[in-house]
Amino acid sequence: MDISGHQHDLITARDAGMVACTSCGLVASPDVESCPRCHARMQSRKDGSIQRVLAWLLAGLILYVPANIYPMLRTTQMFKEQDSTIVGGVITLIHHHAYAIGAIIFIASVLIPVGKFIVIAYLALLLSRPHTKDPHRLHILHAAVEFIGRWSMIDVFVVAILVALVQFDVLASIKPGLAAACFALSVVFTMLSAQAFDPRLIWDVTDKGTPK
Amino acid sequence: MIYDSTCIACPHCDVVYRLSAARMVTRTRCLRCGYQLTLGKSEAIARVVGLALTSTILMGIVLFAPFLHLNAGPFASSASVADVVLGFATGIMMPLAFAVLIFIIVVPVARSLLLIYALAPLLTGHANASGAQSSLRWAFVLKPWAMAEIFMVGVAVALVKIGGMATVHTGTAFWAFVLLVVVNTFQDTFMCRNTLWTSLATNTT
Repeated sequence: MDISGHQHDLITARDAGMVACTSCGLVASPDVESCPRCHARMQSRKDGSIQRVLAWLLAGLILYVPANIYPMLRTTQMFKEQDSTIVGGVITLIHHHAYAIGAIIFIASVLIPVGKFIVIAYLALLLSRPHTKDPHRLHILHAAVEFIGRWSMIDVFVVAILVALVQFDVLASIKPGLAAACFALSVVFTMLSAQAFDPRLIWDVTDKGTPK
Repeated sequence: MIYDSTCIACPHCDVVYRLSAARMVTRTRCLRCGYQLTLGKSEAIARVVGLALTSTILMGIVLFAPFLHLNAGPFASSASVADVVLGFATGIMMPLAFAVLIFIIVVPVARSLLLIYALAPLLTGHANASGAQSSLRWAFVLKPWAMAEIFMVGVAVALVKIGGMATVHTGTAFWAFVLLVVVNTFQDTFMCRNTLWTSLATNTT
């Protein structure tokens, strides 16, 4: 149909008996295994999408625990060693009245990851059975998670820069802690989780005649 | 195998559209989910290739020039981007060093090179390079893993954290990196999937 058509004329590739390429958008007959235009694998809906989403999510969730228990930074200042965790670092920043930076780290390292765990789990569990939720809202949730997830990496980069810059032997030196690696992996796994999600599943429900 | 190259489907909600030639050069959104099907940028290919070249050159400067200088009383230190990456490269932190290296240097450079490889022949009037399709596809796949702009926010946070105990001066590489982030962001506004894939598919020279 032409793009100027009305909402009720919309037809999906699957209803038309075709398969769409998520990489370049080409529509082809379902006997095609890889896209004739961009060579991506063609699937009407990603195989086992929800299982993959949950598997990556679980991996990310497990690693988020040590990421919060172990120190992110080990600061040596005048022969005194001090460890700081993610939340500990935020509290220190607030004590030093660096509210803006504290807020950035808190949002990137606590709010975004925890919010992401909740939203992805909610979407995956909701879509594995029939539901009556508004697909537009679910789609916005998914798009937001995919867009914002990578910004959690800020704290890992902050640690990398501090470690490289602050190397003054006895006066002060900073070493990375185990949490930095756990946190980085946790972010990578949850990004993979969000990518494994097939957003077309959100819209399939309305095709079966549930109220708009 | 049947396909119609004037039809595209929304990758987010699977709705099929037939795009007229006039529609392909304007901004088009999916009527159901709002996904941007076409960005409507003219000369997308020339700009993407030009900006990819620019960012590759900038990355060369970033790698070999000093990034930040630090002065704290009698002590001074200077760090290049390579130092930032290698700061992690001991023992158990090795994988993390690799991750930082990949996110801030390898993936952004790889994206630029893949785009140049896939799209430059279109500008010079040559036939598609072998594997041009896979190159362009990977340039899109790698997009979320190129984290130069997130690294810059990390730099800003780190500068404020150190600010109290030492004075920090920015080096050449710092400003090259800022420029790189701007160039990459600008480039992404021209990365119209429909335009790039149609051009690649219709290159018959």
